[in-house]
Amino acid sequence: MIALDIKGLNVWFGYAHDRVDAVKGACLEVKQGESFGLVGESGSGKSTILRAITGLAPHWSGSVRIEGEALSGAKRDRRFFRTVQMVFQDPYASLHPRHTVDQVLSETLHLHGLDNIDKRVTELLADVGLGQRFRFRYPHQLSGGQRQRVAIARALAGEPDILLLDEPTSALDVSVQAEVLNLLTDLRARRGLTYLMVSHDLPVIAHMCDQLAVMRNGEIVEVMSSDTLRTGTPRHEYSQELLRASVALQ
Amino acid sequence: MSDMTLRQWLLTDEPTSRRHARLSSLYKGWLTLRSNSMAMVGLAILVGLVLTAVFASIIAPHDPFVQDLSSRLLPIGAEGHLLGTDSLGRDILSRLIYGARITLYIVALVALIAPVAGLLVGTVAGYAGGWADVILMRITDIFLAFPRLVLALAFVAALGAGIENAVLAISLTAWPPYARMARAETLTIRSTDYINAIRLQGAGPLRIITRHIWPLCVSSLIVRVTLDMAGIILAAAGLGFLGLGAQPPSPEWGAMISEGRRFILDHWWVATVPGLAIFTVSLAFNLLGDGLRDALDPKDGGQ
Repeated sequence: MIALDIKGLNVWFGYAHDRVDAVKGACLEVKQGESFGLVGESGSGKSTILRAITGLAPHWSGSVRIEGEALSGAKRDRRFFRTVQMVFQDPYASLHPRHTVDQVLSETLHLHGLDNIDKRVTELLADVGLGQRFRFRYPHQLSGGQRQRVAIARALAGEPDILLLDEPTSALDVSVQAEVLNLLTDLRARRGLTYLMVSHDLPVIAHMCDQLAVMRNGEIVEVMSSDTLRTGTPRHEYSQELLRASVALQ
Repeated sequence: MSDMTLRQWLLTDEPTSRRHARLSSLYKGWLTLRSNSMAMVGLAILVGLVLTAVFASIIAPHDPFVQDLSSRLLPIGAEGHLLGTDSLGRDILSRLIYGARITLYIVALVALIAPVAGLLVGTVAGYAGGWADVILMRITDIFLAFPRLVLALAFVAALGAGIENAVLAISLTAWPPYARMARAETLTIRSTDYINAIRLQGAGPLRIITRHIWPLCVSSLIVRVTLDMAGIILAAAGLGFLGLGAQPPSPEWGAMISEGRRFILDHWWVATVPGLAIFTVSLAFNLLGDGLRDALDPKDGGQ
């Protein structure tokens, strides 16, 4: 079954002369339980695709289907929010500075209309590898990795099927990156989640994803399996270039 | 818990309950405030003002309304009248003490009305954007374009003189800056990821504004209110001075200056003493506001 089906997606910002086409005619398919990567340099429109899906980028055209159901406009209904959730890039900016971990998770659970909130908060914290002692802390009392775990717990609170990951580790230290990536891999295996993950880090994508799409200037230039990436045999010139740059960096 | 002092319990990095977390962050804010000695001076003066107002009838040596024409315009230090008497022989100290009640009353009412109205208008305009923003902010601009005292004068003239109307008039002229500020804060807050995140949980605009934006605007608003208090007291005193605020014989400080003006060359203390009182309280609010800004700044998370 296809969890996420995007056809001919255009996303733009601004009007007339100021119009910037951030995504042009993007097509991709993510199967249920699959992990799909989006790679490309900064400004290539990777994150914009995620934002268009969630309604945070209001101006888009084309077709986006979530589990067979078409989306339209920028408004999303309650069902959508229980199916699709997003983890943001910067854990220092994605948690309300005046809300404790407990408040963040309780409010999210409340918004999804779930009962037994106290027990669920405990479970969520355990699921993302944070103990009870973190429950009543404010974000400033947490490290970057811990914050990102809280953000992941928040995304999981409504028990979604699809998780959109917007460079979830790029703001973290290398050692913490591995921890968070392993946590995400674990959670996917345990909960049967579908991932659409944005990153500019090819090794991360090779590690996390089954399929990936390479983007440049708002267009998808190539879709390939991560085996192709690992063996170093992408077809498109730009993909090869990215791969070489990434290898040179290692 | 027994092996822990209250202080350690409050300063822990690992709160064990919602109440504990809240008390702990309040206590840390208090510690920040306490380390600012000027702010504590301001706070002490204001606490003194509140106590004076509450216990006015006990503290005041004389009845503030009783006239004694035989001992009018006595100088500072005269027997039985520490700060002298005014043109009708009323004890200035007693009038100052009772005047604290009026000052506090005005300040409290304005502080309740103006920032709340400004917060509502500003956050709604900032969050909604589009037409709502344009209309609300143009109304704000119109109010802002009027000279403050002149607008207040017009209101008082229309509604009649008196403290309540003076308060209303001052509030009506005081809210636009708060609206501007709340809108500016909302504009930066509304595009942050934590607001996007809560929108993705299905939260509606009402919840986002009241639960997520207000808590972040309130601290800077409180600071602004304390800094504006000086101006509000002065505006109230100005209206009193012009005879449009508190009416005689009420011992409002501005009205007292107005009465003393006639004798300012020969009997300077009649106008100067209430002037000093206004100055002291205004200064106290300013000092406290400065300290609160450090203690309440959400950007550093109360650290």
